[in-house]
Amino acid sequence: MEEKKKITMVVFSGDMDKAMAAFIIATGAAASGMAVTMFFTFWGLQTIKKPTRTGKGFFGKMLGWMLKDLNGIGPSKMNFGGMGRWMFKKMMKSKNVAMLPDLRQMATELGVKMEACQMSMDVMEIRKEDLIDEVAEVVGVAAMLEEAQQSTFTLFI
Amino acid sequence: MEAIQELKIDQTLDLKGLLCPIPVVKLAMTIKKVEVGQLIQGIATDPGVMADIPAWCRSTGNELVSIEQKGKEYFFVVRRKK
Repeated sequence: MEEKKKITMVVFSGDMDKAMAAFIIATGAAASGMAVTMFFTFWGLQTIKKPTRTGKGFFGKMLGWMLKDLNGIGPSKMNFGGMGRWMFKKMMKSKNVAMLPDLRQMATELGVKMEACQMSMDVMEIRKEDLIDEVAEVVGVAAMLEEAQQSTFTLFI
Repeated sequence: MEAIQELKIDQTLDLKGLLCPIPVVKLAMTIKKVEVGQLIQGIATDPGVMADIPAWCRSTGNELVSIEQKGKEYFFVVRRKK
């Protein structure tokens, strides 16, 4: 059997529009028979976070209040304190575009591997239990690079 | 390309009203449910399928038997090859 093509995606952004791009490419690639690894780091962790509050210390808790989950993140431009998020969601729904939670669910069903960045979790005081159960592993840069090295291409979003 | 009317379709996939990436995702999920050699017909309304379904077939090694536009709908037939 021929070897499966592979791609790696670094999901750094926690914006609704960029997360859409990430999950659309991931599901599309997996549907096209490629092995996909998504590595979530920094703001991107919001897209695989449970809605629960995070943080241990003062700053961590403060950050935890600001961090959103997949439903709460807004677009990178024209959010206007949540108005943009509301408008985009409404427009996407009326045009029958798959919403982020559906896309993430599909990604899981298609076998997309989700990994979270240990270092940014440490900094932001996010525990493995704060992330959705679909996250396979918590890893570091070397593990991500090893996957990237075996990939046809790697995207940073 | 063969005429769709003469083909024996094994499974039909209703993709009307669905946008990228759902048509290819549904096709990828459905093709696993038919036997190798069997045919899936898809009916979509998103013009994007005209580029995406042929590309998907090339990437996955499945056969695009036919694809055509009829009014506002797009009909395609894919044969599972492996």
